[in-house]
This record gives sequence, structure tokens and C-alpha cells, in this order.
Amino acid sequence: MSDHILEMRHITKEFPGVKALDDVSLEVRRGEIHALVGENGAGKSTLMNVLSGIYPYGSYEGEIIYNGKPCHFQKIRDSEKAGIVIIHQELALVPYLSIAENMFLGNERGSSVNINWNETYAKADELLDVVGLRESSHTLIKDLGIGKQQMVEIAKALSKNVQLLILDEPTASLNEGDSMKLLNLLKEFKKQGVTSIIISHKLNEIAYVADQITIIRDGAVIETLDMAEQAVDESRIIRGMVGRELTSRFPQRESRVQDEVVLEVEHWSVQHALYSDLTVVDDVSFKLKKGEVVGIAGLMGAGRTEFAMSIFGKSYGNDIRGTLKLHGKEVVLNNERDAIKHGLAYVTEDRKGNGLILSNPIRVNTTLARLDKVSHHHVLDLDLEYKVACQMKEKLGVKSPTVEQDVGNLSGGNQQKVLLAKWMFAEPDIMILDEPTRGIDVGAKYEIYCIINDLVAAGKSVIMISSEMPEVLGMCDRIYVMSQGQIVGEMDAKSATQERIMSSILSVNKGA
Amino acid sequence: MSSKNAILWEKTKAFLLKNTMVIALVVVYLFFVIRSEGRMFLPQNINNLIMQNSYVVILAVGMLLCILTGGNIDLSVGATVCLVGAIAGVLMVNLGWNIYLVMIICLLAGVAIGVWQGFWIAYVRIPPFIVTLAGMLLFRGLAQAILGGTTISGFSDAYLSIFNNYVTIPLLDSGAVKYSSIIFGVICCAIFIVATVWTNLSKKRKGYVTEKPASLYSRIVLLCAIVMLLMYKLSLYKGVPYILLWLIGIVAIYTYITAKTTFGRHFYALGGNEKATKLSGINTNRIYFSAYVNVSFLSALAALVVSARFTSANPAAGTNYELDAIGSCFIGGASAYGGIGKVSGVVVGAVLMGVLNLGMNIIGVDSNFQKVVKGLVLLVAVIFDVVSKRRAVKSFT
Repeated sequence: MSDHILEMRHITKEFPGVKALDDVSLEVRRGEIHALVGENGAGKSTLMNVLSGIYPYGSYEGEIIYNGKPCHFQKIRDSEKAGIVIIHQELALVPYLSIAENMFLGNERGSSVNINWNETYAKADELLDVVGLRESSHTLIKDLGIGKQQMVEIAKALSKNVQLLILDEPTASLNEGDSMKLLNLLKEFKKQGVTSIIISHKLNEIAYVADQITIIRDGAVIETLDMAEQAVDESRIIRGMVGRELTSRFPQRESRVQDEVVLEVEHWSVQHALYSDLTVVDDVSFKLKKGEVVGIAGLMGAGRTEFAMSIFGKSYGNDIRGTLKLHGKEVVLNNERDAIKHGLAYVTEDRKGNGLILSNPIRVNTTLARLDKVSHHHVLDLDLEYKVACQMKEKLGVKSPTVEQDVGNLSGGNQQKVLLAKWMFAEPDIMILDEPTRGIDVGAKYEIYCIINDLVAAGKSVIMISSEMPEVLGMCDRIYVMSQGQIVGEMDAKSATQERIMSSILSVNKGA
Repeated sequence: MSSKNAILWEKTKAFLLKNTMVIALVVVYLFFVIRSEGRMFLPQNINNLIMQNSYVVILAVGMLLCILTGGNIDLSVGATVCLVGAIAGVLMVNLGWNIYLVMIICLLAGVAIGVWQGFWIAYVRIPPFIVTLAGMLLFRGLAQAILGGTTISGFSDAYLSIFNNYVTIPLLDSGAVKYSSIIFGVICCAIFIVATVWTNLSKKRKGYVTEKPASLYSRIVLLCAIVMLLMYKLSLYKGVPYILLWLIGIVAIYTYITAKTTFGRHFYALGGNEKATKLSGINTNRIYFSAYVNVSFLSALAALVVSARFTSANPAAGTNYELDAIGSCFIGGASAYGGIGKVSGVVVGAVLMGVLNLGMNIIGVDSNFQKVVKGLVLLVAVIFDVVSKRRAVKSFT
């Protein structure tokens, strides 16, 4: 009979159209480091958001027993009061405030009308010492590297008297030295009785720190492995993560690949848009043939989106180096307009954020990238626009009464189709689809796969970026695997398996 | 039966929501007509309504394009009006240059001001609020320096007549009733009816969705009735003022640009989602730039109108004009977040502001209290926009 600090029982969480968590139970022993692993979208972060009250009590089914008592957290504040602190992958620090100010943000020392700055800075220095960060607490966050910022987040968690620390991919953006430091810190906390839950894709790190590993797949717990009871190696974990049968979720397709190389990228490197010392795409070489669907597999943050956008008229990144050849001729695309003129289209992964204009109707969204096709001397032919919008709507099967419907009122799947319609209307030769099926239901996914097959049948070429490995395997002719900004594997779809992809992703992380 | 009633209620609600400001305008106008015992409805006051508020319409149309780009405003339009007016005064009156040459110089000065502000806003990405706040001080200061703190008056009649005169046709308009005004109204209505019916027919021919005949014809009848009433009233005074022709021209041009050109479409797209617009291959910097060049150009035009109306260039001209223009846009349904707003709505907004100004003057509201009323009206209009938008956003997710 072991002492459980946390038991989550039969948690089910649904989003419109998607069951993100299905009857998930999780038990965490007091004073252990518990790892959660699974593919992107498996439900790890959702589970942690349920725990920390980001999804309030009542918006999910099931119960949470913490320290032996059932908990009904309404907001993050509630869970923090109970000693549960979550540190998200994207750090939530204010760049132009000092370390100490950030650490006690919303939790200020002294009274609310009279902040005790002496106590604030003294306490902050103390906590920085605990996490082993040698910086003055007066230093501004913007002057710290990402690794040190992560440490500040942990110190901030400590300031809240943390009992259960949750870290969502804490080492994703850290180098090896910083990662090691962080993991050792967690082990140190363990000795002092702090329990940690760590979400990570770096299996070697998990093997290093974790006492128990819970594997989640498709919103359900597959198994929990106890490191003390059995020797667990990485391939054992990988099998648990991907062990899913490929079913006929994909339309029949035959290869349409022709010999002509339409796009060739050589030694392509891109620096991060904000932190120019960070290389997000590192010496990538890439080929795409006419009529081919090439997949880029990898995990989130691997640099795939950055790579695609930097090709599409340098719409992302700094200091872009390398050569880009279209149909064998070297070109320089300086902006999005150039890229569109040269027959490129980039269908973004973030359809609401930078794909569609939600407050405008389908008609306006459809033609936006190629207004010249529905205008003469810059004067719009609204009747023609209406007609082509109707045609595209029919062609892609967008479910909406008219094309005058605002895109914001459509479902995710239909929005995605409008976004595809917009870029198909642009008549590109090469279409880059970034996570084209994210957040849409199975039926709509199938329809989008059919559209992709139609595109290559019409002689277009498609680059498909996807974090869903079955989709990459089911839809592509050839697959590149990207990890940490580099191409770490290239394989023919016929010979590729999920295990092969996963192990080439993880092979880069080995050294850490 | 009850479901039929529910549908009817939904339709009424949609209609009311869509035409809130038009209804508000009618209510406010009737209120002033009653309170002023009909004086608000006198031909002379209807004429004044047009003459006094012409600058608001011109500025508001320019402001609309700025607001469309994402709720950005131009605080410097009042100062620009003052500066360009001062330039006109010095060149025309003091130096006696040719009036047409000076008018062109004035418009170019407006463009230059726009280029100055647009450059910082669009290409250096300084927040518009800061750039135009600086412009507000800068241009008014320059204007006062040019004028030396004094008022220049004595514009030539040739100049004043361009904006201040009335359409007069010999023989026809020699009597007490200016028949040219009624003829003008008939022509306007005829053009409107033919154009509306013709587009509707062509839509039907091509098999597109058309407006229901009932709503189409009632709209035509209503608008024509308003136009004819207006023209009838004007015919009892001095006829059609030239400035009305200017306004019709400007409104027509900008309605066309915003509704029917790719250029206009870019403004709506930019305000709706800047990143998506940029990824669609549209040069977003140039849109910002042109919005501010355009608003300064229209400010220069408004400066000519204003200097002619006051027959002088004075250092206080244009004070608080930016607020009238911004207010008209938001009252007229432009979104405080950008991407939404029509020229026709802005005209309604400007007329509502004008009716408020004129009506409160006629019934003798204290001028301090007038500001209170206008401030509240502006706030209520934006609250209305934001709250209804929030509800809409909720239904998105």
C-alpha cells in the first residue's frame, strides 16, 4: 500500500467533436518523478490542464483525489493554493520585469497597496540559490537565456510552496547542459519530498529521472511502467506510444510521382525570428518531384513550420541562407507575393491565427490570395467572385448555406476546407500543407486526404507537414523526418514504419 | 404559429440590429424637431446641417480607412486642417497667388503630411497613436507660426464661390422656389432606381441570389422619398449648395473604392487578420501607408472647405475635428478592432453628429453640456460595437 499524493479517476474530457481524454486514470506516488509520454495530441497536456484547473471542475467527467481529498478546482489559483504548480512549455514570464518581480507576480510580498520590495528581492535571491541560478534577482528576464528562464519558472513554482510540480516539456528548448541541470534539480527536489510530473519526448531523459512512466495514446492510458520493477528501454516505450493499427482511414491512392524535380532546397538555414542566435532550421536539403506527396514528420518545435514559411517568401525567420531552385532554376523569393507568383502556396497550421479572416465571408476568404483573378484593373467583379467562390465551395464540399456566411461561424473542418479552397484558387504548382488535419474530425480528415490525392493527380506537388505519423505513412510517397531543425531521416513511405520514424526523431536526442 | 412568430421576431431583431444607427438618427432628429417646435425642419436649418457638417463627412471618410486597418486612428486631422488652411490663407490672400494653383499646392501639402506620418507608421511601425499625437502638436504649431497668431481673412469671391455658392440656373431659379433643386433630386432618384434595378436584373439573369422584391422596392421608395423631401426643402431656401455636390462626389468615389476595388478589399482584410493578409501576398505596409496618406489628403480638402466657409484662416481652426471624425466612424458602425465599416455607415454617423450639434444649438443647450452629450454618444456607440462583437466571438467557439 503506497501513499498516493494524486489519483485521477476516470477522467473524460470532450471538445466539440473530439474526445480528448477517454476514461483516463492516473496515480502518482508521493515523492516520485512520474513521466507522461505520448505523441502530440495524445492528451497529455489536456490531462494536466484538467488537473491544474485550466479546465474547471464540471467541464470534465471523473474525479481528482489530491492528498486524500477530492478536489474541485475552478481555476489555476485554486490548484496553486493546494500546492499544484504547472510550468507550461511556453514560458509565461514578462520580459521587461526583473526576476523577482516575475517570481512574485500575482503573489506579491507585503500588502496589495504596499509591496515589500526588500522582502521580494531577498526571498527571490534565496530561491534562486535553491535552484542554483547565479543571477541577481534584479536582472530583467529579457537578459536571460531560455535555460535560465526555465530555472526562474521553477523558482517561481517554489515560491508558491509547491508540493506537486508539473513540467510540460521543460527541456524542449534547452541545450544538453541546461537540461542536465534541470533534471538533477528535479532529483534534488525529490529528496526534499516534492513530487514531479514531467511531460517529455526525450526518452533518454525520462529513463534517467523517472520512477514511473505512464504512456498515453489517443486520449487513453495504455500502460504504466514502473522503472523499479522492470528494465524499460526506449524501444519498449516507443512501442507503447505508437502501437496502433493502421486502418483504412485513408483513401486508396496510387503514386503519381514523375521524374521532374519541381523544388530543390540546398543547405537551408534559418535563425529564429526573435532570438537570432537560435538556429531553428539547420542546413536542410530537400527535394520535391512533380506529382509527389512528401511528408515532413517530426514533433512540434522541430522546425518544420519555420522551414516551410522561410521557403514561402521568407515569411518567417532571420538571416535565411541556402539556395532554392524551382523547376531547376535558382530563385530568390523575397516576400509572399513573389512566392505566390512562382506557384507556391503555404496552407498554415494556424487557420484562425494566420490563415482566415474570421469576420469575413467565405467568398472574401476564397479570393484573397488571388484578387487579380476576379478583378480587371483593380476593380473587383463581385459577380465573378461570387461565382468562383461557389465553385470552390462545391468542389471542396464546404458545408454552408451560402458563400456569404462568415468563416468564423463554420466548424473547424469546414474552415480548413475554405483555407484549402483559398490556396487551390491561387493555382499553385507546389502546395505546402502544414498540419492540414489538425483539430478536425475523422470524416473531414478523409475528405481532405481525397483533396490531396486529387491535387497530385492534377500534376501538383504537395509537401505535407504532420505530427500524426499514421497520416504521414498513409498519404505520402516519401518522408523526411525532422528534429531540432535538422533532417534526421529520409525514407520511402513503403519501407517506413512508425517505429522507424520515432527512433530517428529520438536518435538526435540521445546525446543529451 | 409560435414558431412563425419566433422567425418573425428573429427577422425583426436582425433588421433592428443592422439598422440601429439609422433608427437612432431618425429618433434623434424627430426629438429635435419636436423640442424645437419644428425649427429643426425649416429649409434654412436643413441647409445649415449640410453646410456645417461637410467637413465631418470628408474627414470621417478618410478616418474610416485608418480605422479599417485595425482600429487605428489619426489624431492629427484637426491640426492638418489648420495648417493647410494657413498655407491657403498666406498664399492666396497675402501673396495673391492664383487660387487654383494654391488649391493644388494645398492638396499636395496634405499628401506630404500623409507621407510623413504614413512612413513612420507603416515602415518604421511606430504606433499610429504616437505618430499622429505628435503630428497634432507639430502641425498646429506650424500653422500658428505661419499665421503669427492672427487670422487671415479676405479670400477672393472666386475662391469662396467654389464651395459656398448654390446651383442656380437662369430663368428656372429666379423665383422664390429653386426648381433646379427638385430637378436635381429627380435625376438622383432616377439614377438610383435604374442602377439598383439593373444590377438586380443582371444578378437574376446570371442566376445569383437576389434581394427579395419587397425589401428591394421598399428600400428604393424610402430612399427616394428622403432624397425628394431633402431637395424640396432645399428648393424653398437657396437651392442645392455646391458643397453637397462635392460631398456626393467624395462619398461615391470612396464607396466605390471600398466596395468594388482590390485596393479597398485589402483594407478590410488587413483589419480582419493582418497575418493572414500578409501570407496572402498582400503588401500590408503599403496599405497602412496609403491609409494615412489618404486621410491627410482628405484633411487638406476639408481645410479648403472650412477656410471657404469661415472666409478666413485662423489659428484655432480644426480644433476637435478629429473627435468628430472618429466619432462618426464608430457611431456609423466601424469596428474598434478594424476590418468592419462602410462608407454609407460613416455618412449616417456624420449626419447624426451633425444633427446633434445643430439640434442642441437650436434648442439652446449650453455648449459645455453639448460636449458631455457627444462624449456619451460616442462611448455608447463603441460599447455597443464591442459588446455585440464579443457575443459574436463567443458564438464562434
